[in-house]
Amino acid sequence: MNVPKIIVEVMPKADLLDPQGKAVANSIHRKGHPEVAAVRIGKRIELHYDNAPTDADLENAKQIAADFLSNGVIEDVVAVTVEA
Amino acid sequence: MKIGVVTFPGTLDDRDAARAVRIAGATPVALWHADTNLHDVDAVVLPGGFSYGDYLRCGAIAAQAPVMQTIIEKANQGLPVLGICNGFQVLVESHLLPGGLIRNENQHFICRDQKLKVENTSTAWTNQFTQDEIITIPLKNGEGGYIADAETLKRLEGEGLITFRYEEVNPNGSMNNIAGLRNERGNVVGLMPHPEHAVEAGFGPDTPAAMRSGVDGLKFFTSVIHSLVNA
Amino acid sequence: MAIFKSTKTATNVDTTQDAKNSPDKHQPWKELGLKEDEYESIKTILGRRPTSAELAMYSVMWSEHCSYKSSKIYLRQFGEKVTDEMKKNLMVGMGENAGVVDIGEGWAVTFKVESHNHPSYIEPFQGAATGVGGIVRDILTMGARPIAVMDQLRFGAPENDDTARVVHGVVSGISFYGNCLGLPNIGGETVFDKVYQGNPLVNALSVGALRHDDLVLAKASNPGDIVILFGARTGADGIGGVSVLASETFDSTGPTKRPAVQVGDPFAEKVLIECCLELYKAKVVAGIQDLGGAGLSCATSELASNGNAGMRVQLQNVLLRDDSLTPEEILMSESQERMMAIVPKKDLKAFEAIVNKWEVEYSILGEVIKEPRLYINWGDEEIVNVPPRTVAHDGPVYERPVAEPKWIEALNQDTTNNLKKAETPDELATQLIQIVSSPNQASKSFITDQYDHYVGGNTALAMPDDSGMIRVDESSNLGIAIATDANGRYGQLDPYAGAQLALGEAYRNVAASGAKPMAVTNCLNFGSPENPEVMWQFKQATAGLADGCLEMGIPVTGGNVSFYNQTGDVAIHPTPVVGVLGVIDDVARRIPSGWQDAGHNIYLLGTTEEELDASVWSEVIHDHLGGLPPKAKLNKEIELAEAIQAASLQGLIASAHDLSEGGLAQAIVESCLRFNVGARIYIDEIVEQNNITKTAALFSETQARMLVSVGREDDVKFVGLCEQRGIPITRIGVTDTEPTLEIQHIATWQLADLKAASEATLPDLFG
Repeated sequence: MNVPKIIVEVMPKADLLDPQGKAVANSIHRKGHPEVAAVRIGKRIELHYDNAPTDADLENAKQIAADFLSNGVIEDVVAVTVEA
Repeated sequence: MKIGVVTFPGTLDDRDAARAVRIAGATPVALWHADTNLHDVDAVVLPGGFSYGDYLRCGAIAAQAPVMQTIIEKANQGLPVLGICNGFQVLVESHLLPGGLIRNENQHFICRDQKLKVENTSTAWTNQFTQDEIITIPLKNGEGGYIADAETLKRLEGEGLITFRYEEVNPNGSMNNIAGLRNERGNVVGLMPHPEHAVEAGFGPDTPAAMRSGVDGLKFFTSVIHSLVNA
Repeated sequence: MAIFKSTKTATNVDTTQDAKNSPDKHQPWKELGLKEDEYESIKTILGRRPTSAELAMYSVMWSEHCSYKSSKIYLRQFGEKVTDEMKKNLMVGMGENAGVVDIGEGWAVTFKVESHNHPSYIEPFQGAATGVGGIVRDILTMGARPIAVMDQLRFGAPENDDTARVVHGVVSGISFYGNCLGLPNIGGETVFDKVYQGNPLVNALSVGALRHDDLVLAKASNPGDIVILFGARTGADGIGGVSVLASETFDSTGPTKRPAVQVGDPFAEKVLIECCLELYKAKVVAGIQDLGGAGLSCATSELASNGNAGMRVQLQNVLLRDDSLTPEEILMSESQERMMAIVPKKDLKAFEAIVNKWEVEYSILGEVIKEPRLYINWGDEEIVNVPPRTVAHDGPVYERPVAEPKWIEALNQDTTNNLKKAETPDELATQLIQIVSSPNQASKSFITDQYDHYVGGNTALAMPDDSGMIRVDESSNLGIAIATDANGRYGQLDPYAGAQLALGEAYRNVAASGAKPMAVTNCLNFGSPENPEVMWQFKQATAGLADGCLEMGIPVTGGNVSFYNQTGDVAIHPTPVVGVLGVIDDVARRIPSGWQDAGHNIYLLGTTEEELDASVWSEVIHDHLGGLPPKAKLNKEIELAEAIQAASLQGLIASAHDLSEGGLAQAIVESCLRFNVGARIYIDEIVEQNNITKTAALFSETQARMLVSVGREDDVKFVGLCEQRGIPITRIGVTDTEPTLEIQHIATWQLADLKAASEATLPDLFG
């Protein structure tokens, strides 16, 4: 039986450099897929709980995401969601 | 003169930083990450390495360490703090310095003897250099690309807070060739290259004079002693 | 301390009682790599069939990799062909995790080179990374602080696409792991040859320093001492084949798919290093073993066997990452960054305080007992009850068939005598550029710039100098130098000579940097031992190396054997990597490998013969491999080394660089480019003196030669010293203020052009 978890998704800020994404895009192009225009790479962080997360847990998770799981200077938290 | 050198789990260049302090003429004091007590040190060095394995983001977890609480507090009161490489990353994550540090542009770790221009000599850590002096300091990192939004960059340039700039070669794609910067007050300085690896003749970068004879890094440490003596 | 125990219950396991009750139960001994006679032998040892867990232990501990069954009879020579003089400075010899050498002033040094070849082909990044991790743990296990690493890499043909895949992964892996540990990478080698196409060689060396009384051995000798597993949690890494047992024992869950690759976390290892060093300092550890190949099976049986004692182990106490692991899998797991300590009861609290400070997890597995028996329980059920010696040390010993290859005579007769040699200066000049910019000879900075050489602040010499040199004592400046070498092409023509040539070259490299060679390690990379021709190569190479060490008076302190290196059916060239460790009283005396001042005389020491077989020249210009390799001149290497040492102690030498692959031309170019100082060279005298062709003068790979630059004021003394010692010495040029290299009657090059040519090759291929 799976307890739902909270997923935090963090992406590098849209207007800042993503050298990793660029390098991966180049590799994809070299593999013969020019249709992929660009690549940006972020992080998916899973927060696991003993019991199904409450609304308060979700709010706290958003705070944790903003304060610690992301660096606001270079990253955006693009989603904090409960996943079954 | 006592200079604290912090060790986080994964810190690598603490022993080298301690040696640099000793050679410059001060006493190094080992500071443990979990200890909030700074043991009366007059300045602090956050050395290089891979604290916490660079987990989450470089320096992110170290910035939350108990010792950092005290260091942030004291830095805001004027304590001289030097962040080297991973230490610079910790300063940025602690918001003691602005901007961010990301993966090198070419995706590789690079170890090279790097020419730097010293652009600000009014800090606790650079007062022994001359304005625009070109120095050679070993650089070794994989996540050294300095980035900041346009507004921050404008402010840094405008206020002359860029302390070191890459000269001849930009090894990691840092914006505006920024190798290191200072805070407004001038007590906190962070840079990616490693001055502690250019303090002892025979073990530093090659110079035209002789193999491994470069000691340009020593002035970082003599500067802070000078600023403390003359405080 | 968090405890996460396996949720499997004891009723699922195959116990010793079950083994007694069901003697005819089918067991997958064949799938696990055992032979029928070996399986029968286990039954005889135990007096019953083995349990699943015991079968797993024996199968992995008796594998080639762990038991050295095909190589043991030959490796004995390293311990036999040894004089008392050679053993004088040996504190720990072969058979331990790493050899330990007394270097004076109360300091000892431990060093070893190991292979991680096959994993690096499957998963280059993790294979190489965990290779570094493994060898560093071997050094740490001796009670030493690891102080440097080096690596010896052999990849397939440079133009082949798959080579790039392997190169990128391996170099990144070494960079990732080594840099994160804070160990300077101070040298090594990178070679490209199509024989390594499907089987790259990734050998990793580490060296550590310790005070004499810090030495810790891997033995459990005192009954009552506690057995503790600490470090990373145990997961499913590297257990591949053992999953067969899982499907045998757990029919309902079906066959489990387990990864064969180990995944490394250098941060965990860095923390482990600091934690262990504190444990050693506090003297709370009586014995220690790192967990590498065969994991817990190896650590428990070896610690017990080495101590002539036994152990009682509660396997369910192992901290797991993955609660679905079966006991067999736990015993086989190759999860990285784990150590097993033997801790006297009185020291337990102190031990716990230190591991807790570093936030390193640990579990108390059991205790040492007097009876030389290894008892492993899973809860209340006994799943292993074996004599540890039979697992760890008394494995099978094979005497595999040996047969001289049928093709070798023809190969040896196909010499370079009939190959076209350059006739005009232009041709010679063109060939020189081709050679120095060929992938094996070109600058490796594309690779080595990805490694930290500064960390620790004690690196006195690193690439591209002839050896890596580390200061060991910061007050006395006592230091050590290490060089590693191997030449598979030489080995293919004559494996006995090939091994001696590798030894000679490494010895010469150490001497060139001003140190005195003292000890040897080796990593013997060969094809399949089931091929009698490969066994012949192995037999020849080990004899060559053992005889060579005896002649040179320096002992083998330990090493590694890697068999089964093949691409399809084709074995790699015999590639015995030989590492030589030297000592220098004062690192300030180290000798750079290139000249820094203009107006110095350049001397060639040694004689040059027409020895182009297997040379880089024959490979690059003619794609040829045949004839016989250059003669190994070990006695001449000793004389040369002693002359360099004597001259260096008198401060007569400005620079010294050994001659090896690529001959004189390569050495001269490297010496010029080292500090970007030019030279004017004339080779006519060498041509006449030795009665050789110009091609040989430039590209011959005759052994026991050195390029030395000397200040004008030291000339007379230096030449006199060499002549007195009977070292042939010829002045061949002078260093120059102009950044050009002129070889009279052949060509003049701008150093900038030579540098560009050398530095472009690898980035063009792999950048």
